[in-house]
Amino acid sequence: MNSTAVSRAPITTGDSEVRLTEAKGRLPGWWKMPAALTFFALVSLLVFGIGGVRGQDSHFTIAHDSMFTSMGIPTEITVPSVPTAIVLSMVLLALAGFAWFMQATNRTWPRFAKPALQVGFGVLFAVAFLVWTVAAQSLNIEFLLKATLGLAVPLVFGALSGVLSERAGVINIAIEGQLLFGAFGAAVVGSMTGSPWIGMLAAPLVALVMGALLALFAVGYHVQQIIVGVVLNVLAVGLTSFFYGAVLKPQAERYNVPLRLPELRIPVLADIPLIGPMLFSQNILVYLMWVIVAVCTVALFRTRWGLRVRSVGEHPQAADTVGINVARTRWSNVLLGSAIAGLGGATLTVGTNVAFTQEISAGKGYIALAAMILGRYHPVGAAMAALFFAFATALQQNLGILSSSPLPAGVEKFTVPSEFLNMLPYIVTLLAVAGFVGRVRVPAADGKPYIK
Amino acid sequence: MSAPTAENENTPTLAARIGRSEIPVVIMAFVFAFLISAVLILISNEDVRQSATYLFARPSDFFRASWDAIVSAYDALFRGAVYDYRARTSTQAWNRLIETLTVATPLIIAALGMAVGFRAGLFNIGGTGQLIVGSAAAAWVGFGLSLPPVIHLIAALAAGIAAGGLWGGIAGFLKARFDANEVITTIMLNWIAVNLLAWLLTTAAFRAPNVLTPQSPQVKATAMLPRLLGDQFRLHLGFVIMLLAALFLWWLMSRSTLGFRFRAVGENPRAAQVAGISVGTSSFLVMLIAGGLVGLGGAVNVLGTEHSLNDGIAGSIGFDAITVALLGRSGPVGIILAGILFAGLSTGGRYMEGQGVPIDLVAVIQALVVLFIAAPPLVRRMSGLNLLTRPRRTAAAKEA
Repeated sequence: MNSTAVSRAPITTGDSEVRLTEAKGRLPGWWKMPAALTFFALVSLLVFGIGGVRGQDSHFTIAHDSMFTSMGIPTEITVPSVPTAIVLSMVLLALAGFAWFMQATNRTWPRFAKPALQVGFGVLFAVAFLVWTVAAQSLNIEFLLKATLGLAVPLVFGALSGVLSERAGVINIAIEGQLLFGAFGAAVVGSMTGSPWIGMLAAPLVALVMGALLALFAVGYHVQQIIVGVVLNVLAVGLTSFFYGAVLKPQAERYNVPLRLPELRIPVLADIPLIGPMLFSQNILVYLMWVIVAVCTVALFRTRWGLRVRSVGEHPQAADTVGINVARTRWSNVLLGSAIAGLGGATLTVGTNVAFTQEISAGKGYIALAAMILGRYHPVGAAMAALFFAFATALQQNLGILSSSPLPAGVEKFTVPSEFLNMLPYIVTLLAVAGFVGRVRVPAADGKPYIK
Repeated sequence: MSAPTAENENTPTLAARIGRSEIPVVIMAFVFAFLISAVLILISNEDVRQSATYLFARPSDFFRASWDAIVSAYDALFRGAVYDYRARTSTQAWNRLIETLTVATPLIIAALGMAVGFRAGLFNIGGTGQLIVGSAAAAWVGFGLSLPPVIHLIAALAAGIAAGGLWGGIAGFLKARFDANEVITTIMLNWIAVNLLAWLLTTAAFRAPNVLTPQSPQVKATAMLPRLLGDQFRLHLGFVIMLLAALFLWWLMSRSTLGFRFRAVGENPRAAQVAGISVGTSSFLVMLIAGGLVGLGGAVNVLGTEHSLNDGIAGSIGFDAITVALLGRSGPVGIILAGILFAGLSTGGRYMEGQGVPIDLVAVIQALVVLFIAAPPLVRRMSGLNLLTRPRRTAAAKEA
C-alpha cells in the first residue's frame, strides 16, 4: 500500500533525548481509545438505561430441557430492563474511567489486559443492548449464540486467509472471491458426487484457483495488489454467476442440490446451558475452525516457519539476505490462505443446506477483511472480531423475529432498524482503523512487491 | 570482422519497437480475454457438450457446434453494443450505439473520479458508496423538492456532488487526521452506504407509496436531464456533463496548482512534504473531489437514466469505474474510450443473453482484460511478443 504517512517523530541522536521524550509521557492519540469507550458507555446509559421501557422485564431463555435443568438450572431468566441496563452502564463507565486512568498516566498495560478490557466492554455493551431491546419480550440466547457461531465460520476462515497472506506481505482483498469459489466448488462437486463431505473437501481445491491467480499477479508479476484483489473479485463473481446461469440453474438436480453436512452432537456437553449447543452441537466445519485457528496461531508465532513468514511480511530484503525465498513464501501463504477461505465458502453451501446462488457470499469476504483488521492481523483476534460481527448479524436476524411478536398492551418501544445493526461491523472497523479501538499495526511490507 | 556500429545496435528493429510498445499488449489482452471467454461459452453450451460425447465418431459435429456457439454469441455482443444490422429500421439499428453511450455516461464520470485518487496515489475503492449517496441525494432533491426548471436540475446535481464529496471526504478526513488506510475505510463506507440506502427506502420520505419493491417516487420532470436526440433515444444531457467532467479532470491534473500538488504527493509523499505540501490536506481534498465526481456520476445516472431510486441503483458501476480508470490509465481520453468499451460490453451482453449466454460473461471479459493489461510481461510471454524484443544474436555478439 502506498503509505503516505510521514513519520512525525523527531529524529533523536543521543540517549538522553530519547529518555526525555519517554518521560514526557503520553503518545499522540492516547485519548482515542478511552474516548470511544466513554462514548459507548454513555450511549448505553442514556439510551439503554434511562431511555429504556420503564417497568418492564426482559426474558431470556438460557437452557433447554436436559439433565442440567433437571438438576435445578433454570431454563429462563427474567431481569428488570431499566435497572439492569443502568447497572451495566455503570460498569461500562467504570471500565472507561479505568482506561482513561491507565492512558493518561501513561502506565504500561499488563499483557493481554487491553484486548481483554475491550472484549469485556463489548460483551457488557451487547448485554445492555439485549436487555433494552428485549424489554417486555423474550429471546432465546442459546439459539442466538448457536447462530452466531454458525455465521462466524465463513468470516473466521476468510479472515484467516487474510492473516496468512498479509503476514507474508500480500494484501488480500480477494477473500470474497475465494469464499465464492469455495462455495461454488463445494456445491457442484458435492452435487455431482452426492456427498457433502466430498464437496467440502473439494472447496479448498477450487478456491486455490483464486489464490493462485492472486499470487501469480501480485507476487509473480508485481501488479498492484489492491487492484488484483478488486479485479479478482469481479472475475470470481462473473465466473461463478456465468456457470450458475448457464449450467447450474438449468440442470440443478445434477449440479446444484442443497446438501448438508451432518450436525455432530457431542453427548452431555451439548446439553450444557447457554453455551452447550453453540460449542458442541455443530457440523465438522465449526470444530475444524477452532483447530485451524489454534494451528495458525501456534504456527505463526511459535515456529520457525512462522518467524520466516512474518519476516517476509515485515522486511523481505532482510529475509532474503538470510536465505529465505521471499517469492516462494508469499506464494505458499497465499495458496494456503485461499484454501482455508475455500473451507469458509463450503460453509455457505454444504454447511447450511443451501444450493449455490449468484453472489452467495454477499459481501462476507469484505466483513472477513474487516475482521482481520479489527483482529490486528492475529488469528485469535480475527476470530474474536469475526464472532462479534457474526453476533451482530445473528442479532439482526433474531430481532426480526422478535419485532413481529406482539407487545403487551400499552407498551411502546423503539426498535433499531435492522439495517443499522448490519452497519455496525463496518462502523466499528472504521473506528478501528482510525485508532479508536487500539492501534492497528500493519505488517511493514504489506502490499509492497519484492523485486530482487 | 564486420562489427555493427554502435548506432545500429541501439536502434531496435521495427518488430522490436512494435513488441515493446503498449498497443500490442492492449490488443493481445483483448484477444486473450475473448479467447478464454470463448472457451467458457463452449463449456456452457448444451449442443457443444452433446456433440463432445461423440467427438471421435463425428468430430465435424463438435466443431460446427462450437463455431456456431461462439459466432452467435459474439455476433449478438456486437449487435447489442454497436449496430444491430438485423433491426428493421435504421433508428433501431443505431439505437444500440446510442444506448451504449447512455450506459457509458455515469460510468465514465465515476471513473474520472476514481482517476483523481489513483493519480494522487490513493486507492479509492469506495465508488459504490459514493455513487449510492450521490444518487440518493440527487434523487431526493429531484422528487422531494419543487423548484423552477433549470434551478431544480442544478440543485439536484449539486446535491449529488455534495453527498458524494462528503462520503469521499469522510475517508479523506480519516486518512488526513488519523492516518487510516483509505482502502479499508472506503470499503467499509461502501457497505455503510448500501445499508443506509436500504434503510432510507423503508422510510416515508423515500419510499414510493403503493409499490411492492423498495423504490422511490419518480424524479420530477423539472429535475430530469433532458434527452439530447429526441424521445426514441435515451441519451441525455449527462453525456455533455461527462465531457465537461473529463475536461475538468484534464484541467485539474495537468493545469492547476492543486492538481500538481496531488500528483506530487502521489509520486512521493515524503518529497512533497519536504517541499511544503501538506500531505494530509492533500489526501483530504483528493478524496473530496474524487467523491464529488463519483457522486455526480450517481446523480447523472438517477436524473438521466433511471429516474427513480432503488436498492440496486449503483449496480456494478462502482467497481467497474475502478477497472475503467485503470484501463484508461487515469487519463481523460483513455477513460472515455475505456468507458464506452465497457458500456458496450454490458449493452451487448443483454443481446448475448438472448443467445443463452449469461450476461455475467461480460464481467469475466472485463476482469480478464484488466488483469492482462496490468501485467504486460505475462501478455508478452503468452503471445510471443517477447520474442520480437529479444536482442538479435549478431555476428559481433557471437565473437564476443
